[in-house]
Amino acid sequence: MTDNPTRSFIVLDRLRKEFGGVVAVNDLSLNFAKGQISALIGPNGAGKTTVFNLITGFLPPTSGSITLNGVNLSGKKPHRIASMGVGRTFQNVQVFPAMTVLENVMVGRHLRSRCGMAVSCLLPQALRPEEKRIREASMVWLEAVGLKDQADRTAGSLPLGSQRMLEIARAMALEPSVLFLDEPASGLNARETAGMGDLIVKIKAMGITIILVEHDMELVMDISDNVAVVNFGSLIAEGTPKDIQANPDVINAYLGA
Amino acid sequence: MNMKDYIGIGVLALIVAVMPFAVGNDYYLGVLVFTALNCLTCIGLCLLLGYAGQISLGHSAFVAIGAYASALLTTKLGWNPWAAMGAGIVISLVTAVLVGIPTLKLKGHYLAMATLGFASIVHVVLVAAVDITGGPSGVSGIPRLELFGLALDTDTRIFYFCWALVLVALYFAVNLIHSRVGRGLQAIHGSEDAASSLGVNITVDKIRIFALSAVFASVSGSLYSHYVLYIDPGPFDVMHSVLLITMVAVGGIHSIWGAVTGAVLLSLLPEGLSFLSEGLAQFNIQYKTDYDTLIYGAILLSIMLFLPEGLFDGIRRSFSFFSKTNTETERGQ
Repeated sequence: MTDNPTRSFIVLDRLRKEFGGVVAVNDLSLNFAKGQISALIGPNGAGKTTVFNLITGFLPPTSGSITLNGVNLSGKKPHRIASMGVGRTFQNVQVFPAMTVLENVMVGRHLRSRCGMAVSCLLPQALRPEEKRIREASMVWLEAVGLKDQADRTAGSLPLGSQRMLEIARAMALEPSVLFLDEPASGLNARETAGMGDLIVKIKAMGITIILVEHDMELVMDISDNVAVVNFGSLIAEGTPKDIQANPDVINAYLGA
Repeated sequence: MNMKDYIGIGVLALIVAVMPFAVGNDYYLGVLVFTALNCLTCIGLCLLLGYAGQISLGHSAFVAIGAYASALLTTKLGWNPWAAMGAGIVISLVTAVLVGIPTLKLKGHYLAMATLGFASIVHVVLVAAVDITGGPSGVSGIPRLELFGLALDTDTRIFYFCWALVLVALYFAVNLIHSRVGRGLQAIHGSEDAASSLGVNITVDKIRIFALSAVFASVSGSLYSHYVLYIDPGPFDVMHSVLLITMVAVGGIHSIWGAVTGAVLLSLLPEGLSFLSEGLAQFNIQYKTDYDTLIYGAILLSIMLFLPEGLFDGIRRSFSFFSKTNTETERGQ
């Protein structure tokens, strides 16, 4: 890599994904910098979510490679990639609806706790010390996203905005080094979107790298350090929010030439 | 926390302790032994179906494997019944893993069909492999269990032993539900994608809970052999799988107590219906046992219509309605 090490925390090298004859991601090479908020934008169907799914292991790439801090991620299963410090949320919110808000976040502690099936069967919850730690760590994250007083509600009964916040709390309980947010502000009203922006900036301040797919341009331009624009699976522009707003290719891609 | 569950286990233990004194009659005690065996299988099935969200119409096969392992190893090879039960557990475990690896990749109806296929294969083998299983005429002369030199030869002793195992199974289940592993299973039920994004190995966890539930079913089958002392393939057909699922669904799949409620209710229902038929006979109304199916269907239909979360949840709700508390945390939207 010619870039300096902080620029190349996550490196996509000629990443390609074909669905049948359709090329969703077309030999995309892209770097995401450590400790920054990078946004991935582009028109609908540009392949943004596919890129997320390739990096987090939900889809296998057709060709190309993905590395995190020099370690190859491509071809690994989602739970393995999670264990390497990669957290994510989903475009269509995926909370565990029948579990309580607190239990949702407690699932996020899965990789930070140890008890196997045998110990779990034999010992009651009160006699497993890790349970208290899981609960406490989870409450910290519920408090950080402002859902502490909803802890005992079932997650499915929360309004959409709170479910999106819950998803972030749950992913953060994993203590990831990178957090992928797939349209975190989608379906949120203006006040909730502003709250979401504050939360994302707060998470960045903790030293966590954030990669964002988002259609709310005001939010993207507000909080991102770096913006990459893709269309038809290829990179068409990359730079600071200011550069991108002035780039004629980007305006073309959105408005149609 | 889950103190209520442990209180529930304590209350059930008390009921079990006094039951033989309340029920003088060995016949009814026997009915309650079968109830315990169904409870045991249903607790495992509830962990699989209600918590991990994976259906199995194959659990009659694991009951059968346990029952036949116990019957054949003790009668033909002269094994100790406990060793035979252990062998049954191992065989069920291995079978569950082998069956689980390909089938648990399937979802919903497809998983139901695949496990149903497994159950009917095992049943066909039991009927057709005459040289090994004795075929339709079954295996007889199965020895009784002995516990620390004490033969489990009366209905009271067997009753206590089987229900003690139900209590142990409940204790295991309650602990598991409130653990890292248990929450992982519930997460798989909620969203497989989200669960795996948090590091839950969904493939392995599904197979593990399938295997654990198979072990519960296998133990239940072994106990059946050592209680009835004669087995044939009859009770282990696919319809038994359907009955087990019905028990869990009627009681309520989302709670381990629902599974117990359903198993007790549907195990005692045939007795209730025979009471009914005697009652009706006094008014010169003939009740045929064929009507049982009708009544089962009506019960299942009304529960699905009016109490889709199951009977246990219905009872719990009506209590919380009267006490006007706890409504905030009710399940559902």
